[in-house]
Amino acid sequence: MGVVQRYGLRLRRKRWRFRAFRKRRELKPVSNRTDQIRKSDILLFCTVRNEGIRLPYFLKYYREMGVSHFFFVDNDSTDGTAELLAQQPDVSVWHTRKSYKRSRFGMDWMNWLLRRYGHDHWCLTVDPDELFVYPFCDSRPLPALTDWLEASSIRSFSAMLLDMYPKGRIDAVPYQAGQNPLEIASWFDSGNYTLKRNHLLGNLWIQGGPRARVFFADRPEAAPALNKIPLVKWHHRYAYASSTHMLLPRGLNYVYDEWGGEKASGALLHTKFLSTFNEKAMEELKRREHYAGSLEYVAYASGLQDNPELWCKWSEKYINWRQLEILGLMSMGNWA
Amino acid sequence: MSIGIVMLAHTALHRAEQVARHWTKAGCPVVIHVDQIVSNKRYKIFTERLSDDPLVRFSRRHRCDWGTWGLVAASQDASELMLSEFEEVTHVYLTSGSCLPLRPVQELIDYLKARPRTDHIESATTADVPWTVGGLDEERFTMRFPFSWRRNRYLFDRFVEIQRNFGYRRKIPDGLTPHMGSQWWCLTRQTLASILEDPKRKTYDRYFRHVWIPDESYFQTLARLYSTNIVSRSLTLSKFDFQGKPHIFYDDHLQLLRRSDCFVARKIWHNADVLYDTFLTPKPGELSLQEPNPGKIDRIFAKAVDRRTRGRSGLYMQSRFPNEDWENGVTAAKYSVFQGFTELFTDFEPWLAQVTGARVHGHLFAPDRAHFADGQTVMNGALSDNATLRDYDTKMFLTNLLWNTRGERQCFQLGPNSTEHVIWDIAKDPNAQVSVISGAWAIPLFQSNRSFGELRREAAQLQKIETGMLDALRSPYSKCRRRIWTMAEFIESPMEAIQVIVDEIGSQPNRILTEAPRMVDLTGFGQFLQNLKNQGMHPYLMGDFPADPIAQNPVREVQRPRPYLVKK
Repeated sequence: MGVVQRYGLRLRRKRWRFRAFRKRRELKPVSNRTDQIRKSDILLFCTVRNEGIRLPYFLKYYREMGVSHFFFVDNDSTDGTAELLAQQPDVSVWHTRKSYKRSRFGMDWMNWLLRRYGHDHWCLTVDPDELFVYPFCDSRPLPALTDWLEASSIRSFSAMLLDMYPKGRIDAVPYQAGQNPLEIASWFDSGNYTLKRNHLLGNLWIQGGPRARVFFADRPEAAPALNKIPLVKWHHRYAYASSTHMLLPRGLNYVYDEWGGEKASGALLHTKFLSTFNEKAMEELKRREHYAGSLEYVAYASGLQDNPELWCKWSEKYINWRQLEILGLMSMGNWA
Repeated sequence: MSIGIVMLAHTALHRAEQVARHWTKAGCPVVIHVDQIVSNKRYKIFTERLSDDPLVRFSRRHRCDWGTWGLVAASQDASELMLSEFEEVTHVYLTSGSCLPLRPVQELIDYLKARPRTDHIESATTADVPWTVGGLDEERFTMRFPFSWRRNRYLFDRFVEIQRNFGYRRKIPDGLTPHMGSQWWCLTRQTLASILEDPKRKTYDRYFRHVWIPDESYFQTLARLYSTNIVSRSLTLSKFDFQGKPHIFYDDHLQLLRRSDCFVARKIWHNADVLYDTFLTPKPGELSLQEPNPGKIDRIFAKAVDRRTRGRSGLYMQSRFPNEDWENGVTAAKYSVFQGFTELFTDFEPWLAQVTGARVHGHLFAPDRAHFADGQTVMNGALSDNATLRDYDTKMFLTNLLWNTRGERQCFQLGPNSTEHVIWDIAKDPNAQVSVISGAWAIPLFQSNRSFGELRREAAQLQKIETGMLDALRSPYSKCRRRIWTMAEFIESPMEAIQVIVDEIGSQPNRILTEAPRMVDLTGFGQFLQNLKNQGMHPYLMGDFPADPIAQNPVREVQRPRPYLVKK
């Protein structure tokens, strides 16, 4: 990689950081409890819009895992999400009415909060429908992982997005607040993913899964990216580039081994396909606030009308992280 | 008698305190060295908390950077303090603040009482062990290392390089043979005192001060001078990963640690409450009196190192994406590829499945869709038969298929109609066993009723593609196992060829084939080829077919007489 290209990436990172700095004015604090944060705390960052129904389980899940403080940006919810979050003792909330799309799908807001509060902390950046799993997550809390990463001089941890779906129609079983979404959306595709390398930023580009199989079979190149790097020991100079798919500096994107070995990695169980989905898809279709002209939602909407069934004979039912490790979707690496 | 514990602590001081009290409760004096990086305030609180314990002392603090002299200086000072303050101590055990005793202290005391003159210290000459990480084994004793490996890696490496280029070698003090091993030892008072009171200690210290990682070689080398009986094994269970960093134990290792029968384990995660609670609470009863046996733990951690360095063959995922030729197995398992067989035999696929028990697919890379076995539209791992999805990344389609069906032999058909380039993925894969009957694509043309002009055009095109495929299989980059027959060659003696292929799949070894697949009727095929030739399109891939009708049933059941066989 030449000097010019490297300098180009540096400028790009600076531009994102500057955007984040500019967009900080769009965030109005609703409740700021950041004075509670201690030096070794693990922080979680998240943008929400009308996700009130998911949040009780989301908060419980991550609190039990060992996250100490939550940062939410509420993008103009109308279902009481902001009020629910403001009541939580370990949550800081900011509110904004501004465009999700024009803040690069929330990343400018996230980058600002990360830069302002995340420095020198392990930071987990996830969506409200993503549940993070990592090797030994049933017996070791998240600080065990971050301590190990720290001792191994690893700064970023990859967790591939794994789309979960129910058997039968997506809207067949209604989701209740506080319920584990995996009870309904408990199936996933285990072995139809494709990987490509992005030589400029160094990250892998993963596609596939049920969304590619059902909604994007005719144009696989447009299928959503599934590679994610949600857990990073943050430094105020870092910036997420596009969603949490990749970061700059590019060294953080080398979460994979190129010489045949396996690095440790986890998974983000993506529980988007619940009973709440159809409604959401319709709304997003109207708002057009999502990536690439909400291309994804256009595809869903047309696919959902005739046969909203993602399940197939070879779908796997989710059991635990060990199953994912055996299937080769994540790895323990040399953490034993 | 009693054992003196020297403890080097730098973080998680509350755990160090807990363990220190555990030792003193059993009557073992403890000398604690606290790293200089711990703030004075925290150090003061720590010492005050332990001030009520008469068996605890604190030694002079040093800065203990990994791989530097500070660790040795700290051990020396603490050991001296131990030997002078506690007369009754017969053995000194060096531990760290994150070590945890796994067996009752009394068992350790009894164990050492039975071996009063034995020094437990892992100590091996550099030439004999492959432990070193980073390639510096002997050189660590003959070079100088003024730069930190952790913080100034670049300068460290350059300085090593310069010394290598100039052939710089330090002189090793007379009488010393460099040894190295685990830094966690247990020495007898005699040996330790001899080392610390050696008249030449100044010389040795000066020398080791500039050795790389002296904590793994200072005591290990000097013990060889004085000890009468060395058992070259550490009593501390400590496992290292591929970077030379200790593995950490967590709550879920409880059963493993219990069964290891080791006295002390390192290193324990400071929040592993279950481990600390279990092992620091004295349990009544059973003294095990067993020799330490960390076999199972060894295997688990060896597996972890293997996974990190070699990984699982044929797996491509978010944290394993090997560069080409570094895959350690392009695909997950051996598989067989057939070209021209379904064309030549009417029932080849079911026949092969029956004979070998393997999963036999049709044309996986056909233009319309992937023809999976049994007409399925989705395969293991939810792999779709959609041609667009498949052709988006054919190599990943192949590797996914083989990864998803590990444990079951896969066979599939290939042909000139298959997706382009996939032949290269197959040719370069040592797991592929490719059998080709060249020119068999002409059979479906021969059987069809299409206009001759159309057939001629298609034949020319298929022949061109198949020639390219054969070139790929025969190229110097090809690593697959290949067998190529012309069609004429093959129908000379089809059973021999098929027997070889079936044996290679090897599900039922040494099975003699009794039932043959049914060959299509080739009457008039020679004439068909001749017609093509007459139209100016020379089909050459199928070998020599005479224009006159060939034998009706070329599968010769008749055994040729073998003159060398003696009949009874």
